[in-house]
Amino acid sequence: MSLEPIEKLTSRTIVLRQENIDTDQIIPARFLTTTTRKGLGKSVFFDWRYNSEGRLRNDSPLDGFNPAEYRILVAGSNFGCGSSREHAPWALADFGFRAIISSDIADIFKSNALKNGLLPLEVDDKTHRRLLAAPGEEISVDLVSQTVRFGEEGWQTVFRVDPFARRCMLDGVDPLGHLMNQLAVIEKYEEERRGL
Amino acid sequence: MSEEMSPRSLFDKLWDAHVVVAETRETPAVLYIDLHLVHEVTSPQAFSVLAERDLLVRRPDLTIATLDHSTPTSPPKPNGELAYATPQAKRQVDRLIKNCAHHKVRLLGLGDPRRGIVHVIGPELGLTQPGKTIVCGDSHTSTHGAFGALAFGIGTTEVGHVLATQCVLQRKPKSMRVTFDGALPAGVTAKDMALYMIAEVGASGGQGYAMEFAGEAVRALSMEGRMTLCNMSIEAGARFGMIAPDETTVDYLQNREQAPQGAAWERAVRRWQSLPSDDGAMFDREIDIDASNIRPMITYGVSPDAAAAVDASAPQAQSDADRLALDYMEIKPGRPFSATQVDRVFIGSCTNSRLSDLREAADIMRGRKVNDKVVALVVPGSVAIKRAAEAEGLDKVFIDAGAQWREPGCSMCIAMNGDQGAPGELVVSTSNRNFVGRQGKGVRTVLASPATAAASAIEGRIADPRNYHVNKMEQADVA
Repeated sequence: MSLEPIEKLTSRTIVLRQENIDTDQIIPARFLTTTTRKGLGKSVFFDWRYNSEGRLRNDSPLDGFNPAEYRILVAGSNFGCGSSREHAPWALADFGFRAIISSDIADIFKSNALKNGLLPLEVDDKTHRRLLAAPGEEISVDLVSQTVRFGEEGWQTVFRVDPFARRCMLDGVDPLGHLMNQLAVIEKYEEERRGL
Repeated sequence: MSEEMSPRSLFDKLWDAHVVVAETRETPAVLYIDLHLVHEVTSPQAFSVLAERDLLVRRPDLTIATLDHSTPTSPPKPNGELAYATPQAKRQVDRLIKNCAHHKVRLLGLGDPRRGIVHVIGPELGLTQPGKTIVCGDSHTSTHGAFGALAFGIGTTEVGHVLATQCVLQRKPKSMRVTFDGALPAGVTAKDMALYMIAEVGASGGQGYAMEFAGEAVRALSMEGRMTLCNMSIEAGARFGMIAPDETTVDYLQNREQAPQGAAWERAVRRWQSLPSDDGAMFDREIDIDASNIRPMITYGVSPDAAAAVDASAPQAQSDADRLALDYMEIKPGRPFSATQVDRVFIGSCTNSRLSDLREAADIMRGRKVNDKVVALVVPGSVAIKRAAEAEGLDKVFIDAGAQWREPGCSMCIAMNGDQGAPGELVVSTSNRNFVGRQGKGVRTVLASPATAAASAIEGRIADPRNYHVNKMEQADVA
């Protein structure tokens, strides 16, 4: 998927305090019969947002805002655990999020998010607690300096991000293109193994 | 040279053998994939990427597809049509059939006697072998690690990468060894080991790690038991779970359809014998578990690490999250789990749908009746397992007990094919995830072994399977 590169992002936060938010919560399995990546945003956190008749309840922290102003989701620890479904970052990105902040984010979700223009940011516990306590806070994320800044007190913290994923996001490098460029080496590897 | 000489773990050996381009600070390693398993749910968008770039699957010979997640488990209608949950589910199945035909990928589709849950059929066909790298767009791919393979779940974008190049970009994770010393007590199974391990490590404790399971109790497990244990490494956060190959592994694979034959078999076995971790191999983290302490386990919360012994009482909530979880589960702290009413029982999934699992459940159900308040579903993991079970009369045991005997598939584990519980129902399930709503909106899931699930089906409440084993022994004594 071609991505709009991210360098800086300033936005208010939506906070979901729960720990262990699994990808079944983010996008329930019955929405996985789609054959495209598009249009999953309206179903994100479906069972948290809609009543049994399928009507929006409007009582979730995710609703009642202009999504354009709330592009950062702050969530409890172990966000994105469970199923490997890439539909989870597709749905979150389609809903309007560009970054997820937590103290720890599940491995497969993190990998999937990075491939879809959704920054998974793992921050220290102190910063995490501070952000969980302040829904709606305006945050600035700078991918070049790998910093998150917010608050009147000028809170600043560094986040870690895989250097390759960072380059993909900053420069629009395409990971499949990167792999395709290695095809000669891959063929050589196959040739050598045949000889074993 | 010195690096070559230093002791390596099973994981190190598997990793090193598949590095095509080494990892640097700037770029992940290019890792070669020996077997790519594909199913209908996580592949359509990956095939679309190939279409957009005018590419074909690079190694269809190393790719194999099946249909499992959204296929109905009820028999076909009189006109031969299958009862799909939605027209869209059928369209997704049709899409995989079309994609496989276009890319010349082998599809073990509807009507194929080798069809089944992707993590059941790989081993069953002998495609899953020690020393291989195996990926699938499915987090339970770690199951195949039971054979001493490097097997891990990937996202759909990566499925596209593998289809196009037979490689993935990966950084080497840290390593963790979980050693189960001692022997399992009678009536305790691999599923109980898995739940005990997850409770010890925590739902995110394995994040960033590849897990190796070792020790006397692991060596004593059958391949089916090893698959159950490795299957659930992801529920502790670890994408990779593995067990060193040994005689049990070799015995399981010999003469399987896709296993090497003749001289190639001898060579393969010799190669596999070099895979176990060297003495002195280093792990970033070591965990020791005394297997003799493990009792039959169940989960009582909404995360797989909320697990406890079936004969215990529900713990007090330690946090708001615990309180919410216990409220959702309608489980009262301090009350014995055995007081919990059961509405539905599911025996199946890539965790526990193999022949040995069905035998374990049938041993308890034989000659008994499922409680009249309980709906029990038994879903074999593959067509081959279904036939083998029927050949030894297990279908009859389940049907006579009042349980439903279904067609193979993922069924109520992911509940996207129409098999699901009703809101508020409590399901004792042999699957792998007890997340809120996983088995249907508002459904409460208790994870357990096939034996515990079967005993719970009989009693209509959470039940300790060891009571049935005692009876069995007494009967044997009398005889």
